[in-house]
Amino acid sequence: MIDAPIGRVWEVLRDFNSHSAWHPAVGPSEIENGEPSDQVGCIRNFSLKDGNHIREQLLALSDHDYLSTYCILDATLPMKNYVATVQLKTVTDGNRTFWHWESTFDVPKGREQEFSELVGNGVYEGGFAGLRSFLFNGKEKFRSKIKIESVPAQGIVATAFGGPEVLKFQALGVDEPKAGEVLIRQTAIGVNYIDVYIRKGLYRMIEPPAVLGMEAAGVVVQSNSTNFMVGDRVAYAAPKPGAYATMRAMPVDSLVLVPDFVDDETAAAVMLKGMTAEYLLHRTHRVRPGDTVLVHAAAGGVGLLLCQWARALGARVIGTVSSEEKARLAAANGCEFPIVTRSYSFAKEVKAHTGGRGADVIYDGLGREAAAENLEALALRGHWVSYGQASGAHEAFPDLGPKSGTLSRPVLFHYTGERAALQEIAGRVFAALRDGTLKVDVRHRYPLAAAADAHRDLEARRTTGSILLLP
Amino acid sequence: MIKVYTSSVIEAPAGTVWARVRDFNGLPKWTPFVADSRIEQGLPADKIGCVRNFRLKDGGVIREQLLTLSDYDYQCSYSILESPMGVENYVATLKLTPVTDGDKTFAEWWAEFDCAPEREAKLAQDIGQGVFQAAFDSLKQKLR
Repeated sequence: MIDAPIGRVWEVLRDFNSHSAWHPAVGPSEIENGEPSDQVGCIRNFSLKDGNHIREQLLALSDHDYLSTYCILDATLPMKNYVATVQLKTVTDGNRTFWHWESTFDVPKGREQEFSELVGNGVYEGGFAGLRSFLFNGKEKFRSKIKIESVPAQGIVATAFGGPEVLKFQALGVDEPKAGEVLIRQTAIGVNYIDVYIRKGLYRMIEPPAVLGMEAAGVVVQSNSTNFMVGDRVAYAAPKPGAYATMRAMPVDSLVLVPDFVDDETAAAVMLKGMTAEYLLHRTHRVRPGDTVLVHAAAGGVGLLLCQWARALGARVIGTVSSEEKARLAAANGCEFPIVTRSYSFAKEVKAHTGGRGADVIYDGLGREAAAENLEALALRGHWVSYGQASGAHEAFPDLGPKSGTLSRPVLFHYTGERAALQEIAGRVFAALRDGTLKVDVRHRYPLAAAADAHRDLEARRTTGSILLLP
Repeated sequence: MIKVYTSSVIEAPAGTVWARVRDFNGLPKWTPFVADSRIEQGLPADKIGCVRNFRLKDGGVIREQLLTLSDYDYQCSYSILESPMGVENYVATLKLTPVTDGDKTFAEWWAEFDCAPEREAKLAQDIGQGVFQAAFDSLKQKLR
């Protein structure tokens, strides 16, 4: 019996290569030929800590029945015809998991007892204990920093549409998590420009009075879901505002687990902006080595991440910024040619840096005022990606015919709507943080109660990079 | 929740039949009603969780997600993510069992789903006969 919900346990066990992370007897392991670890037929090749070496093949995997079957192909142990099945069942009494693990195999005559002991106690019982410790021990460490318990629910409410003065710090009703939801004690909250648009009423995504905020990180203090357990560190960027709060009940659709190597502040700062950079560079347009990329607002939250990541992908990065200081920051983050402009004129310089060719892809968050310059700066057959409209909404786009251009108008939540895609995008952002491709520089932290100050500084362009509210 | 169940006997060994139906992207190769199919995001067709996106010859587009694939007991299950059929919570399973008497295959295919009550009978007929049985018939022809 594992005292964790079934979806949470399955997320670990369905990964055929996860055993080296949780099984105390298993040493290094890899899936042969670089196949995915949930592809039926894949082979894991691993060592046991006692020096034995084993190759096992995945024969069956079911997300429907929480079942995995595998066999031994080769082993330095004298076991033949070994087939094992792992199956999980829900214990509805307590949202826990029953784990069944069984196998059949042949061994040399007379050694049945020895091997039954080895597999039953060493491998299986040892594995049960290992997974328990894998699921819970990390939390013990975490517990020392943040108490896994509710705190009074308070948050920033937009009492009307308007300036920063409409933001009031108030007590909120505590929501009980409904089925498929968890209650999060939030530890860091990201501030984004979209919050300003929503506060002003330009994007009608709330009806005041309502809580603002699209992204946060925290710890699960109550779970009514099979996918997350109490103590899980989670983060989200969700299309429904409400993140500026100490506590929040959230549907699990938009939640991801935060890996140990990412701290809460980084997670809160990177969910919306990092996932935006991920889909812009890998999905809306697939940036290739040698591409020339033009990034507007290159010293902004998304801009810095685009510069870092595009450069790591081998692109030449040209950026626009509004001051010399921001130009230095962009340059330090992978932007080869920062162009300082406050008047949306940059096409001439982009062309000068590209021998007259222009940019293969333009990441444009500027909007209406820069439209003509963007078309001018676009290379033949280039891709103009309009993902934001800081200077005002486009009324009509110019004719792309003279450039054989392509135009995209992507929105993050259309890429992260399906859970598998969300996990892949977030996973890629976390991996990029781990290998150093992305570096998040949180320069501005405000107490949650001072959200209005954060908005004032953001609107006055007094900030660079990421802004956080800390409850 | 209604259940539609279809079964048949195919005159070929279970291993041969499995080799044909195991490919989650292979519907156009053995069913009479699928025009073309692809696995989204270029994933392998035997990666659990992959999504097949296929077009019926009548023009409808269906997206289905692979939930189970077992080379061990010749079984595959999947859910519908999007379809023009108007079904909810649709999960289907295709399972083969070797018939030792004559080296044939006992094939079963069933689905469970929710729909508006007045559409149950027609959907049960369309799915059971129009899809599962029609696919079995086509398979029997191809493996004869």
